[in-house]
Amino acid sequence: MDPIPLVQISIAAILINNFVLARFLGLCPFFGVSKRLSSAIGMGMAVVFVMSVASMFTWAIDAFVLQRFGVQYLQTIVFILVIASLVQLVEMTIQKFSPVLYEALGIYLPLITTNCAILGVAKLNTGAGYSFVESLVNGVTSGIGFTLALVLMSGIRERLELANVPKPLRGLPIAFVTAGLMSIAFLGFAGLDFFRTSGG
Amino acid sequence: MIKDLKRGIITENPILVLALGLCPALAVSTSLQNGVGMGAAATFVLVCSNVIVSLIKRFIPPKVRIPCYIIVIATFVTMVELIMKAYFPDLNKSLGIFVSLIVVNCIILGRAEAYASKNNVFKSLIDGIVMGLGFTVALCTLATIREVLGANKLWGLNVIPGFKPMTIFTLAPGGFLAIALVMGLSNWIRDRKKG
Repeated sequence: MDPIPLVQISIAAILINNFVLARFLGLCPFFGVSKRLSSAIGMGMAVVFVMSVASMFTWAIDAFVLQRFGVQYLQTIVFILVIASLVQLVEMTIQKFSPVLYEALGIYLPLITTNCAILGVAKLNTGAGYSFVESLVNGVTSGIGFTLALVLMSGIRERLELANVPKPLRGLPIAFVTAGLMSIAFLGFAGLDFFRTSGG
Repeated sequence: MIKDLKRGIITENPILVLALGLCPALAVSTSLQNGVGMGAAATFVLVCSNVIVSLIKRFIPPKVRIPCYIIVIATFVTMVELIMKAYFPDLNKSLGIFVSLIVVNCIILGRAEAYASKNNVFKSLIDGIVMGLGFTVALCTLATIREVLGANKLWGLNVIPGFKPMTIFTLAPGGFLAIALVMGLSNWIRDRKKG
């Protein structure tokens, strides 16, 4: 396996096309869970895990079932069902092994199902025609990119609570401004695309 | 009816007040054409799924209701995908994966769970229409701001002669900044009305 495309996919997924800051995927948990650093890390881990497993499963289903029988128009329905069951599984696992984390993530865990980042990564994988390994790498690194943005954001928001923000901007609007500034910073990573221009 | 309309567009606007469905709102609001297209697609899915969910609510066991709603929604999204691919290929290309991501738009699942599963068909139909309109209005507002400031264009036509567009508004950061400004403004107006 040639490692260069994989490195390239990783850099693109974590920095250049960061899921949250460049692609606008997974914004609901990004703004919902980014108030505390600890829950941000927990949510990030859950997303990395679900995303990598979902990438593998959806790739296999797409290659061996949907393409084989020529029913790719059913992709959306099948993928969302696979993701929903995976999330259920992860939820039960976390509830059993780490009740503290389960408490901390609260209602956001079931909401991973409707986290567009998961379905988005599955769609992007099949859309780009990635192989199995490429899909897996893209899934893991996209999740890491999401976690990176989430953790950075929660660090900033913990500080923002002490700041004197104009009243109409308090809460979500100032979080959006912060995200916008972070997104400008991430635009700078576009220069890291030194192997070849990867599709956005 | 007018009261419902006011509720959907102003007091309970899904994007600006409830902060639902942010991903498509930010991602596709780079031009007004995209905004209208996305708004229409999401409204169609929202109305249809609201009607179906309120029709079958009695037959769904409460424990598996969310998967059932998702299947209903995914069916309509697939219809939209196929229709868009056949009749609006350009729009389909510029909306990209966000057409199929309507399925995970929290507005639609949220309305199915919070409204359609508790109200009759007619009320759910109205709710779908007003919420869809609210989503579309917010989306078009954002799209207008971003297209005018970012490309100095509206619906593909030039607007202000001699104005140098700020490209940042069509890029990702502009989406965040635009929604922050619109949200802040709507908060400000609401605070002032309260006195």
